[in-house]
Amino acid sequence: MTDTPERKALRHRLTTRLWHWINALCLLVLLMSGLTIFNAHPRLYWGEYGANGDYAWAAVGSSQTLGYVRLGETKVETTGFIGNWRDSEGEIQTWAFPGWATIPSYYSLADGRRWHFFFAWIFSIGLAFFMIRSLFNRHVQNDLHINRSEWRPSHILRDIKNHLRLRFHDDGGVNIYNILQKLSYIGVIFILLPLMIFTGLAMSPAMDANWPWLTDIFGGRQSARSVHFIGMFLLVLFFIVHMITLLLAGPFKQTWAMITGGERKESGHE
Amino acid sequence: MNNLLTRRKLITASAIGAGSLLSGCDSLSRSPAFQNILGSAENANFLVQRALGDRLELASEYSIKDLSPKFRANGTRDPGTADYTASAAQGFADWQLRLTGLFGKPQNFSLAALLSMPQRTQITRHDCVEGWSAIGQWTGVPLKLLLDLAQLQDKAKFLVFHCADRLGGRPYYESIDLLDAFHPQTIMAHRLNGEAVPIENGAPLRLRVERQLGYKHAKYVTGIEAVATLDNIGSGKGGYWEDVANYEWYAGI
Ligand code: HEM
Repeated sequence: MTDTPERKALRHRLTTRLWHWINALCLLVLLMSGLTIFNAHPRLYWGEYGANGDYAWAAVGSSQTLGYVRLGETKVETTGFIGNWRDSEGEIQTWAFPGWATIPSYYSLADGRRWHFFFAWIFSIGLAFFMIRSLFNRHVQNDLHINRSEWRPSHILRDIKNHLRLRFHDDGGVNIYNILQKLSYIGVIFILLPLMIFTGLAMSPAMDANWPWLTDIFGGRQSARSVHFIGMFLLVLFFIVHMITLLLAGPFKQTWAMITGGERKESGHE
Repeated sequence: MNNLLTRRKLITASAIGAGSLLSGCDSLSRSPAFQNILGSAENANFLVQRALGDRLELASEYSIKDLSPKFRANGTRDPGTADYTASAAQGFADWQLRLTGLFGKPQNFSLAALLSMPQRTQITRHDCVEGWSAIGQWTGVPLKLLLDLAQLQDKAKFLVFHCADRLGGRPYYESIDLLDAFHPQTIMAHRLNGEAVPIENGAPLRLRVERQLGYKHAKYVTGIEAVATLDNIGSGKGGYWEDVANYEWYAGI
């Protein structure tokens, strides 16, 4: 059925695949080294300033016996996981995030920052390259663009129902992604990931002198830090949903396709 | 394509990957060569951040209503040495700021002499490497005035700030390059929020170098040494935290 005179169309282009895996590595390192940085001061504020005497909208509390997370006025005990946990030697540690979630696994703000900024560069250059490349090779226009008929409420509703019934399918032969997939990929690639770069830069005192408007957009340095953290949290959520849909849609086949390119199918169902 | 083989490969690869990632990152973090690779991002940060702005671009300044209710202190909160405590007891009347090294006219300034010079007052945001920020109003002598009086020589490339406090037995020090040294907001501050700088915030004199993180803002400053290279100061990395814990010399982010 798929036989055309040309070579078989790949499901994922080389740029998409390369970027996908480099980006996955960068995000993992940025997440884990970011948590090391967070451990240095596990409190989040709104506005320009914020230090220990000021009100934090989110904070991790820790002692030798108890760990908890406070959000506004709500406290959730997290002993064993956040704020109070045992390291590989069985010693109790009172840093916010546990060693298995941070890079390096021991507390070193200086090393965490080195990892973070080195991978921040690779991540940012990779993202910029992928965005530009995807516009020129029409990946965005062909695969991610949402056409009129897809925006129809009845179409979106049907897709939501299909997802709820755990039926994941390519949308007919033309599209490799369905509308919910398109929306989440666009949201992550064009909004969430750039937001991480801009909030990251907005926390830099040198950038604040160079581009004061950047920090202002986010309502101050501490707000930028909070938004950076929330963005991290949304990326982790995206990753979890990404893994669930991957599992349901056939993890090996899909992962293999992201490595070798796979092929574009004509028929709808798995 | 052999499905079984690929499956097994995938599973093993991801298991090895996850396991070795954690321990791998730790040993990489401890390897000097890898540290240098990671540290190369510092050079990129330095070059790009310096290139992006007018080199004398000012850090944001705020108004009185933006002040932090309390300006948090960090690091040494009291040098506690006999000399320092004695000097503090007399309001630092005997405090001397010594300009040494590559100056045409090396000289000392007493606190009174500094107070009689032209002053700059600025309300700025102090960003700590740990992540918190505090807004405070600082008054002090623009560093440029001191450098001009002491006739900084052309050979000088860096200024080293020597401090009265010790951390873990080592004297605290910091250094900046001349671009920051001559920046209009770079001052030797002696007042915070309209009062003499409190001991925990660096009395009687602290450097303000507004476009960098807090650890660059040396407290309890006793001397400014002009040098051509940082190699012979401390362990050669340009500052206390740079020497003991790999913090970046350029703290613009
Ligand atoms: C996209 C993936 C990224 C993730 C998951 C991530 C995560 C984190 C986390 C969890 C922190 C701890 C503090 C906080 O949450 O605000 C942090 C700190 C930081 N990140 Fe990122 N980050 C990412 C990308 C970036 C990029 C691209 C930059 C550079 C432009 C950057 C710059 C910073 C800076 C400057 C801090 C230090 C803030 C502080 O002093 O507390 N991050 N990051």
